[in-house]
Amino acid sequence: MSTISGTKKITAVVVATGLGLAVLSACGSSDSGGEDGSGSKTVTLVSHDSFAYTKDVLKAFEKESGYKVRVLKDGDAGQAVNKAILTKDNPQGDVFFGVDNTLLSRALDNGLFQSYEAEGADGIQAQYRVDQDKHRVTPIDSGDICVNYDKAWFSAHKLTPPTSFDDLIKPEYKDLLVTENASTSSPGLGFLLGTAAKYGDDGWEGYWKKLKANGVKVVDGWEQAYNEEFSGSAGGKKAKGERPLVVSYASSPPAEVIYADPKPRTAPTGVADGTCFRQVEYAGLLSNAKNTEGGKALIDFLIGRQFQEDMPLNMFVYPVVEGAKVPDAFTQYGPAAADPETLAPARIADNRDEWVKSWTSLVLK
Amino acid sequence: MLKLKGATVRFGGRAVLDEVGLDVAEHEIVCVLGPSGSGKSTLLRAVAGLQHLDDGRIFLDGRDLDGVPAHKRGVGLMFQDHQLFPQRDVAGNVAFGLRMHGESKQRQALRVEELLTLVGLPGAQGRAVASLSGGEQQRVALARALAPRPRLLMLDEPLGQLDRSLRERLVVELRELFAELGTTVLAVTHDQGEAFALADRVVVMRDGRIAQTGTPLEVWQRLADAFVARFLGFENVTGATVSGEAADTPWGKLPVPSDTTQGEVTLLVRPAGVRLVPAGEGLRCTVAARTFRGTHVAVRLQPEGAPRLEAACALRDAPETGDEVGVAFDAAEIVVLAGVAGL
Amino acid sequence: MDLARTEVAPPARPRSPHRGSVARLGLMAVPVAFFGVFFAYPVVAITVRGLKVDGVWRFGRIGDVLAQPDIRHVLWFTTWQALASTALTLLIALPGAYVFARFEFRGKQILRAVVTVPFVLPTVVVGTAFLALLGRGGLLDELWGVRLDTTVWAILLAHVFFNYAVVVRTVGGLWAQLDPRQEEAARMLGASRFTAWRTVTLPALGPAVAAAALMVFLFTFTSFGVVQILGGPTFSTLEVEIYRQTSEIFDLSTAAVLTLVQFAAVGAILAVHARTVRRRETALRLVDAGATARRPRGAGQWALLAGVLGSIAVLLVLPLAVLVERSLDAPGFGYYKALTRNEGSLFLVPPIEAVGNSLRYAFAATAIALLIGGLAAAALTRRDAGRLGRLVRGFDALLMLPLGVSAVTVGFGFLIALDEPPLDLRSTWILVPLAQALVGVPFVVRTMLPVLRAVDGRLREAAAVLGASPWRVWREVDLPMVRRALLIAAGFAFAVSLGEFGATVFIARPDNPTLPVAVARLLGRAGELNYGQAMALSTILMLVCAVSLLVLERLRTGLRSDRTGEF
Repeated sequence: MSTISGTKKITAVVVATGLGLAVLSACGSSDSGGEDGSGSKTVTLVSHDSFAYTKDVLKAFEKESGYKVRVLKDGDAGQAVNKAILTKDNPQGDVFFGVDNTLLSRALDNGLFQSYEAEGADGIQAQYRVDQDKHRVTPIDSGDICVNYDKAWFSAHKLTPPTSFDDLIKPEYKDLLVTENASTSSPGLGFLLGTAAKYGDDGWEGYWKKLKANGVKVVDGWEQAYNEEFSGSAGGKKAKGERPLVVSYASSPPAEVIYADPKPRTAPTGVADGTCFRQVEYAGLLSNAKNTEGGKALIDFLIGRQFQEDMPLNMFVYPVVEGAKVPDAFTQYGPAAADPETLAPARIADNRDEWVKSWTSLVLK
Repeated sequence: MLKLKGATVRFGGRAVLDEVGLDVAEHEIVCVLGPSGSGKSTLLRAVAGLQHLDDGRIFLDGRDLDGVPAHKRGVGLMFQDHQLFPQRDVAGNVAFGLRMHGESKQRQALRVEELLTLVGLPGAQGRAVASLSGGEQQRVALARALAPRPRLLMLDEPLGQLDRSLRERLVVELRELFAELGTTVLAVTHDQGEAFALADRVVVMRDGRIAQTGTPLEVWQRLADAFVARFLGFENVTGATVSGEAADTPWGKLPVPSDTTQGEVTLLVRPAGVRLVPAGEGLRCTVAARTFRGTHVAVRLQPEGAPRLEAACALRDAPETGDEVGVAFDAAEIVVLAGVAGL
Repeated sequence: MDLARTEVAPPARPRSPHRGSVARLGLMAVPVAFFGVFFAYPVVAITVRGLKVDGVWRFGRIGDVLAQPDIRHVLWFTTWQALASTALTLLIALPGAYVFARFEFRGKQILRAVVTVPFVLPTVVVGTAFLALLGRGGLLDELWGVRLDTTVWAILLAHVFFNYAVVVRTVGGLWAQLDPRQEEAARMLGASRFTAWRTVTLPALGPAVAAAALMVFLFTFTSFGVVQILGGPTFSTLEVEIYRQTSEIFDLSTAAVLTLVQFAAVGAILAVHARTVRRRETALRLVDAGATARRPRGAGQWALLAGVLGSIAVLLVLPLAVLVERSLDAPGFGYYKALTRNEGSLFLVPPIEAVGNSLRYAFAATAIALLIGGLAAAALTRRDAGRLGRLVRGFDALLMLPLGVSAVTVGFGFLIALDEPPLDLRSTWILVPLAQALVGVPFVVRTMLPVLRAVDGRLREAAAVLGASPWRVWREVDLPMVRRALLIAAGFAFAVSLGEFGATVFIARPDNPTLPVAVARLLGRAGELNYGQAMALSTILMLVCAVSLLVLERLRTGLRSDRTGEF
């Protein structure tokens, strides 16, 4: 009897504890998540999962402006944009950061942002400026999607790493490249757009036919491509990845150094300079934002020098503001691409879905 | 104290309990007797609140029980196969009802001790129910049902699964116990011996209706109809035409008491009324079977061209199987039943 | 008689012949409200958003979408791989269920926990670990030069890896409680060992096998992570396609059509299942599990045990071992130490805090799932005839629907449905356990219901007549008997919420990442340290799961010895 009631107590305690925790934590969260922001001192930044920063930098902004910043990371880049569009009538925050040039049209067409010309916008490098008449978005950072190569593999095989799109279809690089699905992966799409920029409407499909014939492997996401298939990354080495070429970022080589322990003297991977596509990320003031003033201040802060210089080592991207310094550790292991391919957002907007569709039936089927 | 008025339960259109009216007085032991399917268990379940009435009313102490859920009716029910809680020991089972009624632990323990002594299992508190014999389980089930002092105790085939000697002993014990406690009891059984031994009053049920009610003696002496007679084990039931002091039956002309109803009737000839006489006298029969019944021998007789007859005779007078005997009838043991023969 | 009638003339109101059913409907109010608000409403909202453009219904889209060859291919692949996976899982796991139910051997408890671990691991991690087994340089590759990572076999085997525990727990749990004497009785009547099993045990196990098969089919039919990682872009299930259409391509109308298709398919599966189970579910003679297991005897039984242990080692333990090995691939537990630092600023907190978050969420989700699922199971225990009975049964099947609806649909639905006070839960963390509980409830109901229904109804009546109110009856009669099932259910719910990723990733806050979310974010970045930390966190997640499950096992065996102590 007594043992039975003993275990009954245990069950009761477990259940009660669970419920208690749920209630307690629900209460606890209400003060951090509360303060809806209407005219208040809280400004909410909605972004994607890769958004990262140094705490002190944001604290400095809070101290200076008097606003408290709440950051809401909302999935990967594509998801975050999509979610923001879905909730645009009743947005989850005031500022959205992280829509890139490949998805910009989707955001603008859906009326995600309201106009605001940021203070200090004139300091942004001309090549990144878009939407100059309405000022709905402000460029914040840029990065390059490039083919990375495994240095050790190429030296072991006494082969020169490729340097251009054209190289990739050469027979000596047969069965070496792994890329991502353009319909589901941001770098995959970037790489496709790079080829479209390079070879034009008439040429890119022919290029991909040759690439396919040359044994390009397509996987769904960057994680698999980089951490599983690519032979040069830390993960890929463990997974015995056997593709020495991968579509990744120009900033991947420095990451391989910075996140290694002990840190190697040089990066184990390199970037094929002529295979890059430039990605630019923008921020904007959300339509129906509750705290527009705070949002404006936050956007100003994002293109301020302090944040711009904080970005590279946190998000592995380059600043867009003239004169912002990039840390040595960053440039040392992977300089920015000299002459990346670019596409006007309008051109992407007009063709993206069609290109992805053709690409899918061409490469995946 | 318990009153049923027109109690009706239907299962898919068929009335399992059909307009049953029944009264049970304080301290009375009423036994509902009937074959399986007669609706007697449904009757108990309806009173307990486990079965919803489609029509009619049940009153306990004048209170209409309609809408009162089982746990608030204050009646006790002992299930056919006891239904002891397997995960509780004997004390846990007996104390269950007390706990439900919010008795203190101390009073629970006292009451459990008292009841276990009462049912003859003193000190069994800590035993597991699985370790109990059938008789012991029955006692524990009884103690459990009695523990909350129900206004009415109901027993569903209380002794059904026990062996004969135990049953005969327990039925006496139960009667003594209920008399001592002054408990009002409503029991159901299919065993007439059990019913007659236990009850102050017997209610015979058939097809959801009450066929007969009365003290055991009344029922035994004045069987209501052929069904009751057959159910109580009487074989010699037949249709007959009575005129004067004789009845015309398949067994020939039988003498009947002078006050017998005239015309088409159903007759019962009690086994004692079938007297064996030397072969050549009376109705000629062959002995088909004989069964030793302890105090007497039941003899089955096959007359020519007529239904079998059952006779009871003393051990030393019993003929052998296959013997030819004659049969004479005793008017005192021949009664007229209500209803139609052959049922 | 007539007089008496006028005395107590029945009131004019119609009698309520189903008072018990009404009470049960009352019990169901909470689960119904829960599912209405946190499941049906969001899913309907997102589907309507997809099908209703500018206030006009676009039902024509349904035909358009279904006419696409790509979509048809997806439907075909989804179905056949699910069937194949289910068959394969049953084939491999049923002997395991038998061994766990009937044999007593050293380390059984730990092993039971171990086989459950895969079930709760995030698919990202499992995919990685699994490649190490079947992929290049994996065991098969090294031994025989066989690589399965680009074939559909990888998906099928990974599905077995994930769902092994479903079969072992659902079927084995009941098997252990079946009275072996019934089989013995059949053998005394001249049945061979196999015939006895087939004619006595198999029918009794039927509902549990059907339930397990249904679960596995549902999981594999709606498989997401495994297919995405191991299938690559060439193999795509409906669930993956919905995810792509919603989250990547943002074609909400195609996603809505596919959601409806999946909904219909899952609904049909559940209906068929409900029918078969109802037909076969009978009151079973359950005995104490401890009494039915014994040490294997004879070469055949030892060989069976060895075979099962071998398959567990190769299919379940080996991929997990690879994970651990990779997490330790830095001197002095370097990856683990890195978890306590907050230098990558990928999170606002050191990654190790994800452990606490996950446990907290999982506790809350388990409590919610037990509450909701317990109420539902209690309400569904008795089966009634008639309209109310059908209603109740329909609800039974409805509870399973969250398992068949894409997490991305629910996650996006939350965003647009739960955005107004008092339900503006978008940024409160309670949404995470709520979403996780949605998946946990069916486990609770499915685990508890068969046992609850097997309880002899007259025991409940005995308690009621002794003065126990319906609630007390449940507590005093049902609960003690289902406590074991309840603990299993709790374990499942807990484990599921620990590993739940799909919905969590949409709603977890960055300062409160769960373990799977943290793992995914670490894996999403380049660099050895990130990768190593991901492996280390995965290992921790694995250990947390294993420990939680072991604690449950202990609790369970504790209970068992109490009961057997009485005999």
